[in-house]
Amino acid sequence: MAAETTIEKGKAKTNLDVFSASLQELAEHDKDIIVVTSDSRGSGKLAPFGQRFPAQHIEVGIAEQNLVGVAAGLASCGKKVFAVSPACFLTARALEQIKNDVAYSDNPVKVIGISAGVSYGALGSTHHSLHDFAALRAINNIIVVAPADNFETEEAIKAAAKINQPVYLRFGKKIMQPLKESNDDDFVFGKGRIIAEGSDVAIIATGETVYPALQATNKLREQGIHATVVSMHTIKPLDTELIATVANKCKAVVTVEEHSVYGGLGEACASYLLQNGLIKPFKIMGIPDEYTITGSQQDIFNHYGLNEKGIAEQAALLLK
Amino acid sequence: MTTKELQRKSVQYRKNILKYIFHANAGHTGGSLSCIDIINVLYNHTMNVSPSNFRSPDRDRYIQSKGHSVEALFVVLADKGFFPESDLNTLCKYGSHYIGHPTRKVNGVEQNTGALGHGLPISIGTALAAKLDNRNYRVFTLMGDGELPEGSNWEAALTAAHYKLDNLCAIIDHNKLQITGPTSEVCNTDPIDKKFESFGWAVRHVDGHDLDKLKKTFEEIPFADGKPNLVIAHTIKGKGVSYMENVIKWHHGVPNEQQYEEAISELDNAMGTIPDDF
Repeated sequence: MAAETTIEKGKAKTNLDVFSASLQELAEHDKDIIVVTSDSRGSGKLAPFGQRFPAQHIEVGIAEQNLVGVAAGLASCGKKVFAVSPACFLTARALEQIKNDVAYSDNPVKVIGISAGVSYGALGSTHHSLHDFAALRAINNIIVVAPADNFETEEAIKAAAKINQPVYLRFGKKIMQPLKESNDDDFVFGKGRIIAEGSDVAIIATGETVYPALQATNKLREQGIHATVVSMHTIKPLDTELIATVANKCKAVVTVEEHSVYGGLGEACASYLLQNGLIKPFKIMGIPDEYTITGSQQDIFNHYGLNEKGIAEQAALLLK
Repeated sequence: MTTKELQRKSVQYRKNILKYIFHANAGHTGGSLSCIDIINVLYNHTMNVSPSNFRSPDRDRYIQSKGHSVEALFVVLADKGFFPESDLNTLCKYGSHYIGHPTRKVNGVEQNTGALGHGLPISIGTALAAKLDNRNYRVFTLMGDGELPEGSNWEAALTAAHYKLDNLCAIIDHNKLQITGPTSEVCNTDPIDKKFESFGWAVRHVDGHDLDKLKKTFEEIPFADGKPNLVIAHTIKGKGVSYMENVIKWHHGVPNEQQYEEAISELDNAMGTIPDDF
């Protein structure tokens, strides 16, 4: 059954815009929805939320540790709390609060990392979050999600509001084209989505790298290579069943993420495949362990081959 | 509860703290003995919380930021009937929920704590929820003076004043010693009162072992309309056992059998000096 969506056809937006709109829609019907910001209402596109629902918006100033602690206290009293801050600060400076006050204490805060990965591009490494999957994968009791397009973002926000568990959601601020013409599948945390089907190579991508992975299938097709593309929006819990299915079907596996090649989706997939005897040619694409090249998000993607051409090349290489 | 009854409880709690730390061969002895009178007054006089209303959204909340003094909290919760006291025989044992810091797996514990500088922000969220829902419960958080340099406390101190959380009461167990030495030498935080006052808090000093004064101080909350409350409770680390008082090694020192017997004997004598009410 197709999930209901408020996204107008043909009007692709940033996932951030979808987040802001979805949250307002939820807040309209549920006064327990609370947004906590750390001077991040502008970068989180939450100024309209604050204006419409002033009683449901808590501002703590630039103080991320406090942001998460306060959010945990609110959540312990039954509030459905979205703690919103740039992913780089939220998952580094406030990591101990996420670990202890949210995950360990089982306070079901929705930790929202905005402008994630290298969205802040030329602002440099202080503003990049290339460690968040790795850090949060190693913390028990938090769902880790990176939606790819507007549909996944809206569904992820709705699902996060509904689920009584800690969730980390991260997305960027680039306009994201839809992965599918019609979304005829349900969005469920922990269940990856097959975006394209082919039996030569499986490309498992997450977040804003799924779209270039999908584009890469066109280039591959020109070479007679048919690729499966999975949008693995949930990094944890990982959809190992789907990984096994596509790895068994295809001759090689490529993973793509806007994250360090250490500790993210790629290593999570590698760990599963190796421990289950599914040995295939395998490549992790992401940001290497070096001082990240300077430039815009797209410059950085291009530099490290996280684009249509680069992903197609790596996929083809594995099949040689 | 009369002050004399509270006094008897305090002595019994001190005996129990030592008993279970001795049995577990682990625990934070000095800090548990310094804060026990505060927790005693909160649970037996000030707060509206008990096993019967613990799931009620209107109960008063206690969040122990200085989680390492968990033995003090456990003996009070056991006495209040949140769990059988015999459970504490498993303190720090394999598979036990009764570990060296508060966890919600133990009935009566509000929040998992242990890392310092976490209690105040969580308490603020809890107090904010009361304001949002028009509930009258109060939130008490016990902090150590040694944890004050944690920056998250000062982020939180700003927020509490900004939101005028007069339903929040932070208590500093000001025993003036931490694991390395006197707090004034490790990282001087004085004057604590003026710092919090300048942040917009209403501050009171109290002798943290004077049960009567503790009762009265907590009865006066809110100290000022629209201001979060801070009680600086002047205490003695290791209070009640003369050889432990103000001696840093008892921060997490565990008495040997002879020291344990000596401490219990001293506390038994103290119990004997509390006159009957009748």
